[in-house]
Amino acid sequence: MTVERWLAAAGADAERRGMPELKPLLQGLATATTALRAAEWNERADVDGPDAAEVASAASSVPEAPRT
Amino acid sequence: MSAWQGHTIDELRGALARGETTSVRLTEQCLQTIAALNPRLNAFITVTADAALASARTADAARAAGAPMTALHGIPISLKDLIDDTGVRTTAGSQVRRHVVATRDATVTTRLKAAGAVIVGKTNLHEFAFGTTNDDSGFGGARHPIDDTRSPGGSSGGSAIAVRTGMSFASIGTDTGGSIRIPAGVCGVVGLKPGWGEIPADGVVPLSRQLDHVGPLARTVTDAWLVHETLAGRPPGVSDRLAATPLAGLRFGLLAGYFDTRIASDVRAGVAAAVARLVDAGAIIEPVEIPHAADIGPVYLHLVLGDAARYHAATLETQPGDYTAPVRQRLEMARYILAEDYARALRGREVIASEIDRALAGRAALLCPTLPVTAPLIGAANVPVGEGEEPVRNAMLRLTQPFNLGRQPALSLPCGRSSSGLPVGLQIVGARGATAALLRVALACERVMPTGT
Repeated sequence: MTVERWLAAAGADAERRGMPELKPLLQGLATATTALRAAEWNERADVDGPDAAEVASAASSVPEAPRT
Repeated sequence: MSAWQGHTIDELRGALARGETTSVRLTEQCLQTIAALNPRLNAFITVTADAALASARTADAARAAGAPMTALHGIPISLKDLIDDTGVRTTAGSQVRRHVVATRDATVTTRLKAAGAVIVGKTNLHEFAFGTTNDDSGFGGARHPIDDTRSPGGSSGGSAIAVRTGMSFASIGTDTGGSIRIPAGVCGVVGLKPGWGEIPADGVVPLSRQLDHVGPLARTVTDAWLVHETLAGRPPGVSDRLAATPLAGLRFGLLAGYFDTRIASDVRAGVAAAVARLVDAGAIIEPVEIPHAADIGPVYLHLVLGDAARYHAATLETQPGDYTAPVRQRLEMARYILAEDYARALRGREVIASEIDRALAGRAALLCPTLPVTAPLIGAANVPVGEGEEPVRNAMLRLTQPFNLGRQPALSLPCGRSSSGLPVGLQIVGARGATAALLRVALACERVMPTGT
């Protein structure tokens, strides 16, 4: 389910349950969900993506020269 | 101030052993402080005065009879009102549980009592630990001990107030995204989130079992160590002491990027001054980043919401009116999380944890502010951060929640005050499985920080 379809369905359900005040919260959650789905460590069936160990290994190449 | 109010547990252990004071006197002093300040600060939901005085009399009688002193012999301590104490209600700060009385002690309560602690009561919190300010409690909000127009932080806000004001000499809190460290940082006390799983969480109302941690708030690092060791089932003996790791040559990672953006100027200045003190003491400071730090917020949100929805689903149907409106709304929102997104977040947690582990490799600890702002005004929706504003909850969680995902031990140490006199906290993060080492490093850091913060 796309985030857009999820948001529309959730908002409609909240309305049906008499809780329209949830709609702005759901909009904020949709923004976070979009970001979560866009994270580069996500795996998907049509791409040869990195496994967790590789992602973590890439992360280790960060440190800069010591500074005192 | 009463005779022993400003003293540490470490000092009181000695004073009790030498007969310079008694547990009854200390307990009466704490109860008097609660009676004087609680009407304004609302730090306690339940005060167990009779049981506390009975425990104190037992402790004094044991000492008089020559029984060996235990780790927290006769020391008044409070529990966040998520933690079970037999015969006392555990409200979780919610009217949903206003009649729920504990039928047995949480393991941590058992261990505290076995170590001689005197439980003086149950402290206020953000309802079900689901917030960072303490504004939304079913028993009324708590107020900051220095400026009562401001939040004490949360969710363990009542615990931080209790320690700061001498209502108890330590308090036991819980931390799912920062709920020990945030109020500790905001109120100017020490708050320790141990490593995940290190302290038993049975008998503790959950927010997210995979992110929840139980730990102490105390005046000093040594006091936090004394309580932590007791909670972990290793109560220190009378002669046991925490030894500081020498700072000279010690390597620290100073977290940059995500951890160094949108920081209030007073907080930035306070933490920079603290880091300069460490450098003066010979520490080596190296900048380090967490590559996928931008994903921390979305990962955390989906996990905590999914887990909270599981726990609250039944009572959202049967007692919706017993929740505060903001907490109920966020819990209802949580029920819309999709399984696929929860599963993504589970994987994201592993990635973030690994990256933090790697940043710690070869270093004694990581450093960053505990939170990017000082205590926000009660009821504020947003806080000023840098040139803009940010929702209070996002700002207060931003720098602590990574280590709930990562499960590393982390401690907030008072390191100064803002220009308006509000405390600033330095967060020190240790390696997984190395809480004892973190405490030794934190003790060394504490010794070079300014006093009176």
